[in-house]
Amino acid sequence: MTSLSRDDVANLARLARIEMSDEELVNLSNEFTVILDAVARVQEVAGADVLPTSHPLPLRNVFRPDVVVPSLTPEEALSGAPAQEESRFRVPQILGEEA
Amino acid sequence: MALTYDEVMAKYEPVLGLEVHVELNTQSKMFCGCSTIFGAEPNTQTCPVCLALPGALPTVNEKAIESTIKIGLALNCSIAPFSRFARKNYFYPDMPKNFQISQYDEPICVNGYVDVEIETDEGPKVFRIEIERVHMEEDTGKSLHVGGATGRIHGAEYSLLDYNRAGIPLVEIVTKIVPGTGKYAPEVAKAYVAELRDILRSLGVSDVKMEQGSLRCDANVSLRLIGVETLGTRSETKNVNSLRSVERAIRGEMIRHAELLNKGERVVQETRHFQEESGLTRSGRSKEQAEDYRYFPEPDLVPVAPDAAWIETLRAALPERPSIHRKRLQEAWGVPDKEMAAMINADVLNIVEATVNQGADPTKARSWWLGEISRIANDKDVAITDLAISPTDVAEIVALVTAGELTDKLARQVIEGVIAGEGNPAAVIAARGIKVVNDDGALMAAIEKVCAEQPETAEKIRNGHLPAAGALIGAVMKETKGQADAARVRELLLGHLGQG
Amino acid sequence: MIHLSAAEMATRLSAGETTSVELTQKHLDRIAAVDADVHAFLFVNNEGALAQAADIDAKRAAGEKLSPLAGVPLALKDVMTQKGVPTTCGSKILEGWLPPYDATVVTNLKRNGIVILGKTNMDEFAMGSSTENSAYGPTHNPWDLSRIPGGSGGGSAAALAAFEAPLAIGTDTGGSIRQPAAVTGTVGVKPTYGGVSRFGLVAFSSSLDQAGPCARTVLDAALLHEAIAGHDPKDSTSINAPVPQVVAAARSGDVKGMKIGVVKELNGDGYQSGVRTRFEESLELLAAAGAEIVEVSAPNFEYALAAYYLIAPSECSSNLARFDAMRYGLRVGDVDGASAESVMNLTREVGFGREVKRRIILGTYALSSGYYDAYYGSAQKVRTLITQDFNNAFEKCDVMVSPTCPTTAFKIGEKSNDPIAMYLNDIATIPVNMAGIGGMSLPSGLAPEDGLPVGFQIMAPAMKDERMYLVGAALEAALLTKWGAPLLSKIPALVGK
Repeated sequence: MTSLSRDDVANLARLARIEMSDEELVNLSNEFTVILDAVARVQEVAGADVLPTSHPLPLRNVFRPDVVVPSLTPEEALSGAPAQEESRFRVPQILGEEA
Repeated sequence: MALTYDEVMAKYEPVLGLEVHVELNTQSKMFCGCSTIFGAEPNTQTCPVCLALPGALPTVNEKAIESTIKIGLALNCSIAPFSRFARKNYFYPDMPKNFQISQYDEPICVNGYVDVEIETDEGPKVFRIEIERVHMEEDTGKSLHVGGATGRIHGAEYSLLDYNRAGIPLVEIVTKIVPGTGKYAPEVAKAYVAELRDILRSLGVSDVKMEQGSLRCDANVSLRLIGVETLGTRSETKNVNSLRSVERAIRGEMIRHAELLNKGERVVQETRHFQEESGLTRSGRSKEQAEDYRYFPEPDLVPVAPDAAWIETLRAALPERPSIHRKRLQEAWGVPDKEMAAMINADVLNIVEATVNQGADPTKARSWWLGEISRIANDKDVAITDLAISPTDVAEIVALVTAGELTDKLARQVIEGVIAGEGNPAAVIAARGIKVVNDDGALMAAIEKVCAEQPETAEKIRNGHLPAAGALIGAVMKETKGQADAARVRELLLGHLGQG
Repeated sequence: MIHLSAAEMATRLSAGETTSVELTQKHLDRIAAVDADVHAFLFVNNEGALAQAADIDAKRAAGEKLSPLAGVPLALKDVMTQKGVPTTCGSKILEGWLPPYDATVVTNLKRNGIVILGKTNMDEFAMGSSTENSAYGPTHNPWDLSRIPGGSGGGSAAALAAFEAPLAIGTDTGGSIRQPAAVTGTVGVKPTYGGVSRFGLVAFSSSLDQAGPCARTVLDAALLHEAIAGHDPKDSTSINAPVPQVVAAARSGDVKGMKIGVVKELNGDGYQSGVRTRFEESLELLAAAGAEIVEVSAPNFEYALAAYYLIAPSECSSNLARFDAMRYGLRVGDVDGASAESVMNLTREVGFGREVKRRIILGTYALSSGYYDAYYGSAQKVRTLITQDFNNAFEKCDVMVSPTCPTTAFKIGEKSNDPIAMYLNDIATIPVNMAGIGGMSLPSGLAPEDGLPVGFQIMAPAMKDERMYLVGAALEAALLTKWGAPLLSKIPALVGK
């Protein structure tokens, strides 16, 4: 039986950038015990001799030519922006590494 | 307390690892058709794909694939018969999808090498830098940090995002670990980046301008006690934006590591930022927990499986390696080392070569580019390649000088005119009325006039005192406004005075 | 007139017996009359639809050559972008967003002169089987308003069953076109993966998502299929090959000599008795029409559900990362001193519903370092095994068939607190998505025990979509003869509206 602790779920929520209340974390942790048991069945048949399929189509080498096509106007690009300034998207202060 | 470099080297051996990011010079972005021109107004080169609007899908730029394969071939890599894009998942506001399309365990080029030669105490020595992989990915947008004192991220109140750069194709070139460079580690690293830059430029796949960020280097450094096999903990220094900085950053990190180790402290595995002013590195904000990028194959793109014929066509068209090419040119032109270095430093080797290829004499081509034209570029404070004069123009001017149709002085006027945008040399000559006076009749008239004005000097020459001819030749040149060929004037003058 | 098929409407339009404006207005009136009860639509584009209709009428009057469905109205699942028209995917996080571009499907609809009435309700980001996960409230099944219309495309299916539109667009990741079709007594087709462009389809699970036609008849579905399908250079996974001849197949309906494979594993235990009754009856009708019924086995199908609930959440955890409050959509918690990171966290907490969060967290886990091989990696291997099962079976038959879902429509709220029970709805539809092949659901009658519609699923090899239409048309014709009138004419709800 696989299970995820409240703290495991909290770590996943952090990776996925979703704030979660303690109650939500506990609920999800409980649900995952059931869900993971169900999905872990895939391991029963996934032998080393089976190749993975990541895509249903056997397509290869789909490219486009290096040609410039018109962009959106800056007004269109910014039309959905929650906040903007000087034709740029305005976002709250970024914590983290300097790029 | 501060250790000297020699003290560090007496005890430790450095191990390097270099990651170089190169922006390709394609017309359009990696996964959409937006333009890649540098310096456009904010968010004018964006679309649903590179803004990651809901529903948008990436499509792969064929030229970017081709450029990457060329890079791999030039770096002696194997080209993978099957490679895939993968998603590297992490949240950051300058990355619209909150994942980067990159390559993970199936890169397009693997296992290559570059040989670099540096000067050592024992003379020139070649170091082989092994390449682990060359893979494709996409650049991020740019953020402008507002508020706070420095425009830096720390202390900023908010940020403004421009996604023009988001999605520009990047190629990442990763070395295997580089041991065995000893005290030459900083020089080897610098020589490697310089060699890469030259190779990439010769391939024509990137602008390779470190100062504009189209070539960026991350330097991994670790130290281990001499004789010990196990690798030490490494730091990764980012923001190294010039060749000189590559050298300084590595030297600085080696000393910093050694000081920590000598104190019995441990080196923290972290990202550090190089400070151009101080030559030191600063710790990046340490992450509370390690990122988990959750790579998986990009389901919106299909695998890249270049066929052998395509690869061989690209291989056959590879230019000569720059270092070999340089040696060959030097021999062919008979240029001394110092002159060769001068051309490389002034970044004129390619244009001189192009000028020679247009038929110009190598020495003359070199002297025009390194002399007059370099001077103008310096005065205008622009790159010599940005001046409006082409190798064809210079070759034409050299030919006219050789034919005696231009004097050096007139040639300078023509160059000035071409650079001023007055057209090609022929157009400038026509428009400015520049021409060498080689009509003997006109010259003879001037000679007779001058001799009449300075009878005593003329008499001296007539009596065999040839050095006096200079004064009269000068006067004739003045009379003809410098458009006469001085050699012809001399010939005619001496003949006129019975000394021919 | 709203009770006609799309093909019949098209005939009247081209005969000049009606206009697109009139037809569109009748549907808008119908929506106004019944949608308060059904809640199939999230947005009704009255002005836009009428303008588009007037444009088509003008072109027709000018003698322009028009596409077969020109002037016929359609309901668009709210997962497709339409320039300037609200597109929410049933989520709060996209409330108020107006896309600056058209999905390729929308471009194709417009090019064919198909009038887009509005956007239909769905489970948030297409995650669900009941449309209860819409942030804007559930859609009700026109057969019984207390029941679910299926999901995720419950809005599109309900709009058809309630005669609010003769055609609709759905998307199908694990059954989101076929299962709603089954429980509403309509026709839904998931084309071969890559047959219809995904550009502008807001991604849930990129390697499984496929847009397709929803309609009340097999022929209508085929006409719409041809209008939206075809290669799109904006979608790298789009197939560069001619569109299968689905309209010709739907008109023919000739199944003589075809081998129809009954999937042993998709029947029996867990399938409602009325569902089985209708399925057996359909097989008999197909046999009577000249098809040969054979049994095929797909032993790995039993792992499909588990694999699906790893692959789809994994891909969605990455696809939905872009909803971060930076460039569009909802932004929560942007107070003085807040960081971008906290705004992302708060926005995603408030903007996403429970099921979406559950799947994002599950997918984040399945992809995380140390668990990838056990979960995502193993699921991909199961995908290979399922594809092999299909390949083996298709050596013995031309199409495979099964009931579309194990049960008829359940009550709203009945399964909303039991994710596993909810997931079981898709047990028969998921294998098709895993292999990227085509699947169709069409009505096979009502379950005797509850009088609710039952769906019959037809599965065809990749790019052999026309086979589904052959079999579908044959069965539809046989059932119509038996019933004497279309199934939807028996619909009890909304009578008198």
